[in-house]
Amino acid sequence: MIIAKRDYMKKKIHITKHDLLPKHVKISEKEKKAILKKYQVTLKEMPKIMKADAALQGMKAEVGDMIKITRKSPTAGEAVYYRVVTDA
Amino acid sequence: MEKPEDKPEDAKEQEETKPEDAPETAPETASDTPPEETEEKPERIDEEPHIFKKVKEIRFGVLSPKLIKKMASAKIVTPELYDKEGYPVDGGLMDVRLGVIDPGLKCKTCGQKLKECPGHFGYIELARPIIHVKFVSIVFNLLRCTCRECGHILIPKNRLRSQLNILDAVQNESGLESRRDKIKELITNLKTINKCPYCNAKQLKITLEKPTTFIENDKRISPIEVRTRLERIPDEDLDVFGINPEVVRPEWMVLTVMPIPPVTMRPSITLESGERSEDDLTHKLGDIVRINQRLFENINAGAPEIIIEDLWDLLQYHITTFFDNNIAQLPPARHRSGQPLKTLTERIKSKEGRIRHNLAGKRTNFSARTVISPDPMLKLNEVGVPLIIAMKLTVPERINEWNSDYLKTFVQSGPTAYPGANYIIRPDGKKKKITDETKEQLLEEMQPGYTVERHLMDGDIALFNRQPSLHRMSMMCHRVKVLPFRTLRLNPAVCHPYNADFDGDEMNLHIPQNEEARAEAEILMEVQTQLISPRYGLSVMGCVQDAISGNYILTKSLEMTRHEAVALLSSIGIENFSKLPRKDSVHGREIFSVLLPDDFSFIGQSRDKEDNAVIIRKGKLIKGVMDKNNLGEESGLLLRNLHKKYGADMTIDILSKMFRLGVKVLLKHGFTVQLSDSDLPDKSKTKINDILRKAEQQVNELIKEYREGKLDAFPGRSARETLELKILELLNKARNETGNVVISDSSQDTPTMIMAQSGARGNLLNLAQMAACVGQQAMRGKRIEKGYKNRTLSCFKQHDLSPSARGFISNGFKSGLSPAEFFFMGITGRDSLMDTALRTPKSGYLYRRLANALQDLKVEYDQTVRDASGGIVQYSYGEDGIDVSRSENGMINVKRVIDLVEGEGR
Ligand SMILES: [Mg+2]
Ligand SMILES: [Zn+2]
Ligand SMILES: [Zn+2]
Repeated sequence: MIIAKRDYMKKKIHITKHDLLPKHVKISEKEKKAILKKYQVTLKEMPKIMKADAALQGMKAEVGDMIKITRKSPTAGEAVYYRVVTDA
Repeated sequence: MEKPEDKPEDAKEQEETKPEDAPETAPETASDTPPEETEEKPERIDEEPHIFKKVKEIRFGVLSPKLIKKMASAKIVTPELYDKEGYPVDGGLMDVRLGVIDPGLKCKTCGQKLKECPGHFGYIELARPIIHVKFVSIVFNLLRCTCRECGHILIPKNRLRSQLNILDAVQNESGLESRRDKIKELITNLKTINKCPYCNAKQLKITLEKPTTFIENDKRISPIEVRTRLERIPDEDLDVFGINPEVVRPEWMVLTVMPIPPVTMRPSITLESGERSEDDLTHKLGDIVRINQRLFENINAGAPEIIIEDLWDLLQYHITTFFDNNIAQLPPARHRSGQPLKTLTERIKSKEGRIRHNLAGKRTNFSARTVISPDPMLKLNEVGVPLIIAMKLTVPERINEWNSDYLKTFVQSGPTAYPGANYIIRPDGKKKKITDETKEQLLEEMQPGYTVERHLMDGDIALFNRQPSLHRMSMMCHRVKVLPFRTLRLNPAVCHPYNADFDGDEMNLHIPQNEEARAEAEILMEVQTQLISPRYGLSVMGCVQDAISGNYILTKSLEMTRHEAVALLSSIGIENFSKLPRKDSVHGREIFSVLLPDDFSFIGQSRDKEDNAVIIRKGKLIKGVMDKNNLGEESGLLLRNLHKKYGADMTIDILSKMFRLGVKVLLKHGFTVQLSDSDLPDKSKTKINDILRKAEQQVNELIKEYREGKLDAFPGRSARETLELKILELLNKARNETGNVVISDSSQDTPTMIMAQSGARGNLLNLAQMAACVGQQAMRGKRIEKGYKNRTLSCFKQHDLSPSARGFISNGFKSGLSPAEFFFMGITGRDSLMDTALRTPKSGYLYRRLANALQDLKVEYDQTVRDASGGIVQYSYGEDGIDVSRSENGMINVKRVIDLVEGEGR
């Protein structure tokens, strides 16, 4: 039992590789413009994500960037969601 | 809270300007926000430019004397109200500058007429300062906590900082009031300081003689002295008390001028005798102004101090009771009739006050509320309205040249005969009551353009509602059906969406008063439009109780002559019997099939464990029984498929026929729950006793093992816990076995059994508890262990772990419980009762918060879900864009769609 615990402590967990975390991808400026146009919105009307969010680790996302999130769904197969990076 | 940018140094200067400037500066500061970044820079998403004006802060302050004068449009100097001609006196309490309450007069301040002028404040100059009752406790605290000489707070400068931190912590925890209490406590704790740490002045003990007198060393502090002391308190020290000196200076809590409320909030009424009766507030203000004038005159005439003091006290009394006439230490001011005056506080407070009566408790016209009761002979979308109510509620109908004669018949009947009319409305909006005296004249006068308010009649549109209105099905549109007696009636099939039963529930009825409202109610809210729930896509209405039992009996085994079948069907309103086979004896399934459309096919399941197929082919029930799975609310696809194929109107028609058929079958067949339903053959009784005895033996063995220390503990459990788990498992198994004996051995065709099997009411567990054994009573997943020391009840030995000593009930309800068993049952019963009583309001509040947070989300034309300000919440509704009410279990059945399309091609 004790050995197992020590192993667990040593292991570093990479959330971004976890099975339950949906795929987060930073999209290009061009794609971002297209999304804004498609939904007729400005960044203010978009859902947000904190810059410090664990899902954005190692992505070099800056405030104003757009993140594409691809989730698995039992009814829709894959569901796409967009969020804008914010810091407050 | 943000401090305004343009903060003048001199707070005294600012006190007057600030409150009025605040609303003007607020929008300015909003537009002063840094200009939008240029295109290239990353856009900030935190500002919300689509919100034009945002409430930044709300401040509560005290009116300063300067402000009172500034906002007043008249100075009141005389208690007189009207002159000889009945015109308001200038400078009197009904001065026309304070607004108008007489038709025909114009307001001298704003120039508007009655109902347009909002009314304006006036003021009176008080001859001597008066303590405001509502601020006495704050003033008292301030006096005791500050120096009587220099006004500084009685905390040494070097300790002020640390004390402030403590106070801030207290305030964060439990608010301003406790901050003031805490500072009082701090000061009383520092009793050694009876000397001011700033000027070394000796401090005296101050007490409050309620309601408004301050005493210092047996000597009274006059309001003048109180005011000067409060004036001396420096602004910095006020922060300690949680007072913002920008909007509240403590000396303002002692009045030198008093605002006079506008006449529009104290209108006089003209009695039938032509006499004027003034409002209570006006009476009180009259007293105040009169005594104030007398006080002025006496002071100017140099009257003796005693007289002046007396008048001053009287003025204090009148002003105190003007604010609050319910002060414990004061006799309330009364009318000549002896009834107490209703002054400011009484207007606001209590159940009859402005808040609870007028703001929170608004009532609407053209509505009714009574007890509800069931009537399966009504259609689903009807509501039975008592005649008495139908003659009170009215529908306005505009007269035109085609309906003039029709509407005249209502007026002719008048308000006392049904169907009649109560009022006639002239084109100018004047409402005329129809009475025997006015009837003839009104009939003459009636012409196109007039409106008649006629009684409620069959087929009128009404909204029907039951609280708590948690979802949209809690308020639906029904058609009126005027009925005798005194209850509102509804079809039992619509109980479920309203969550209504008939143990005394009351419901509300509203009658829409114009075409627009009626159309909206009919199209958006009528019962049939709400049939399929948007939550799970199944019908929220269905057969219940007797209707299920009846259809179950009918489709399972009933056979009758064709003659009887026709009688049965015609009693539920069916006239076309061509679907009924032309043979002498017809089966129940064939009778049920008459209700189904000819081209309806369906394959489903019934509740029966084996042989549960239900097959309907071409409108004929070929196989299977109708039970809760197919007819019930929130279950099965039968009603859903009917709705999909034939639409809402036809579905509710079929449903109400099914319902009535079930009820009528029971009526014809007879159906009674009886004691003998739970009778068991003798051999079953011995079987049950054997099972229970064996279980008890096993438990006793386990306990013995445990006592001897031989019981192996489960991993992570103590031996005791293991014992409990094993005992629970054993007893549960035993109870289930007795249940199975009951189910297999009791006769299968008793009404109790039929109800359980069809799903109409009760389940097999209930039956087993009646016939055999109630089972273990558990609290929080454990056997009952509390009560007396080391035992549950005093009739057991200490440390007795046997089943019967720890809440196992081996008797059934029919054989009756032993006293100890009865007691155990009482324990768990009370526990679950408390649990529900405590949980219901909590979950209700949680639900309300959720519903309020989500209420204005909607699906836009581009399929996105957005909130009220256009912000995106979901890019596609539910991430899959499926309308649940048009899906099967949240999914689209592609195969069925293809079949449907292909079937049409073939
Ligand atoms: Mg009830
Ligand atoms: Zn006015
Ligand atoms: Zn001092």
